[in-house]
Amino acid sequence: MSRISQKFADLKAQGKTALIPYITAGDPKPNATVSLMHLLVAKGADMIELGVPFSDPMADGPVIQRAVERALAHNVSMDDVLEMVREFREKDALTPVILMGYLNPVEHMGYEAFANAASSVGVDAVLTVDMPPEESFGYTETMKEHDLDRIFLISPTTPVGRLRAVNEKGSGFAYYVSLKGVTGSRDVDADDVALQMQRLKGEVDLPMGIGFGIRNGDAAYSMAKQGDAVIVGSSLVSLIEANEHKDLYEIELAIGDKMQEFRNAIDRADAE
Amino acid sequence: MSKDSPTIDYAKFPDEHGHFGPYGGIFAPETLMAALEQLNQEYESVKNDPAFLDELAQDLRDYVGRPTPLYLAKRWSEELGGAKIYLKREDLNHTGAHKVNNTIGQALLAKRLGKTRIIAETGAGQHGVASATVAARLGLECVVYMGADDVVRQAPNVARMKMLGATVVAVESGSRTLKDALNEAMRDWVTNVDDTFYIIGTVAGPHPYPAMVRDFQAVIGQEAREQVLEKEGKLPDALIACVGGGSNAIGLFHKFLPDEGVAIYGVEPAGHGLETGEHAAPLCKGTPGVLHGNRTYLMQDKNGQILGTHSISAGLDYPGVGPEHAWLKDVGRVNYVAIDDEEALQGFRDLTRCEGIIPALESSHAIAYATKLAPTMSKDQVIIVNLSGRGDKDMNTIAQIEGFEF
Repeated sequence: MSRISQKFADLKAQGKTALIPYITAGDPKPNATVSLMHLLVAKGADMIELGVPFSDPMADGPVIQRAVERALAHNVSMDDVLEMVREFREKDALTPVILMGYLNPVEHMGYEAFANAASSVGVDAVLTVDMPPEESFGYTETMKEHDLDRIFLISPTTPVGRLRAVNEKGSGFAYYVSLKGVTGSRDVDADDVALQMQRLKGEVDLPMGIGFGIRNGDAAYSMAKQGDAVIVGSSLVSLIEANEHKDLYEIELAIGDKMQEFRNAIDRADAE
Repeated sequence: MSKDSPTIDYAKFPDEHGHFGPYGGIFAPETLMAALEQLNQEYESVKNDPAFLDELAQDLRDYVGRPTPLYLAKRWSEELGGAKIYLKREDLNHTGAHKVNNTIGQALLAKRLGKTRIIAETGAGQHGVASATVAARLGLECVVYMGADDVVRQAPNVARMKMLGATVVAVESGSRTLKDALNEAMRDWVTNVDDTFYIIGTVAGPHPYPAMVRDFQAVIGQEAREQVLEKEGKLPDALIACVGGGSNAIGLFHKFLPDEGVAIYGVEPAGHGLETGEHAAPLCKGTPGVLHGNRTYLMQDKNGQILGTHSISAGLDYPGVGPEHAWLKDVGRVNYVAIDDEEALQGFRDLTRCEGIIPALESSHAIAYATKLAPTMSKDQVIIVNLSGRGDKDMNTIAQIEGFEF
């Protein structure tokens, strides 16, 4: 069983919902990332989504676009991101790490070379937002051979027929994009998500992570009632941006508080 | 590679999933997948429907002004002292370029799908103008995304779009040119997918765009083929068109692909020179990758990050290229060459002075290549150059370079 599946199984046994924070690798500077990853775990992250910077993040809103630009200003490459994961693994062998980004940096490295390197440094899963299951020939098999989970997206517009592909080719969990829009664009609509979860029930066997538009404890609370994992990104990244020029300590303080807000809200939902 | 292989049936590409060999496909965010499938189904259902094709043909005739002439550039040909050069006059279309052939077609689809809002990306502004034009005609809201740098260098087209009632959004992110406009249009579409139709202006993007835009532009080659047969009694010896995303080039080339005797040249912008790295010539200097919904040749660095590009012409200033061109390069059917900024400017001056036709800076790349190719050919040979657009929009750029004010 993969580290991610094991984590979901453990949480389920405890009646808990996973909290998965996203940060962009190399934001605001390369040497901050590993330290921030450890902080996220200390503040209640069950898994970490680590963004791989790409020059053309067409599914991201302005907050994550700027995070990517800050990272790319330091020329953060896939090799650098993998090195960060390796360093993180020196002190944390348990927390699953999911690389999230766009296909081209993976494709450019080559599926086999990427999967081999990612797996050897301790990456658990890969999510490339611009590759639907239909285009994943070669990719799915290669990642599987290297024990990397493949996470695919489901959106409010995904027809039932396409869910089968996510079910067959995906693993670890499925990522439900809770709204039509880019990352960080607006607030999630809890009623809408509830309807959608109803629709997806029975069609997708994987644990369901819900992301996009979850900015505060209230939203995290209502999403924890719906899914198996709550994914938060832009709200954390905007705190990195706000404290960009301050000491890393200041960033950690701000991120820590926000994580606490999400964690408490999710725990409250789980306790009910 | 398989240049001599007569077995490729070009009409059979792309396959049903939008693949041209290893290129093309649908590399899109999940939220767009259903909309792309809906568009694909709609397009498949109308593309052979006589009623749709009649309506399209009527619009192209009465609104766009087709067929466009195939003009023998006699004086210019004589000056070059080689092959006879014909110009396919896409500059004479309504709105001044080939772009409208496609926006007319996609607007008809938007109407059939009941969409009330149109978005478009634009580089030189020609596609933006052509989109704003069809939106005005159908009474649809129109938002055009344009790189902030392009807004400055193509100011006349920005004014035209605004007059036509479109909202022009200057995109400040990334390299502030066409690729960033495309990113921003994609973000808009993801957000407003229910009521919005995205009119992509070139033969790139996720399937079915590369095939659909090609089909709408193929009227160029279809007319040119009939016209040259009528005027010369034979097929041309060579075709030349500029390639940014590659829509005017595919438009001219497509119907000639099975004609093995016709040499085909796609001209990429070499900018400051291919060796400088400051260009926008992915077919000449790039490597395959995935961007903006399809797999194709890209200008990218060793880490797979997309590189900034340079070309004097905003419409060619793009790090990718349509996937069909990528495939035509690999199978050896089309020769991709490059013309730098200086050569393009000379082509611009030559045609203006010699024939009284002011070409767009994009088309000037094709013109410039003809000045190289024609003298190597004999007087009984024939070249068709796609004059994809007129140069009025480039007066700001030209005035700066030539040092005059207006």
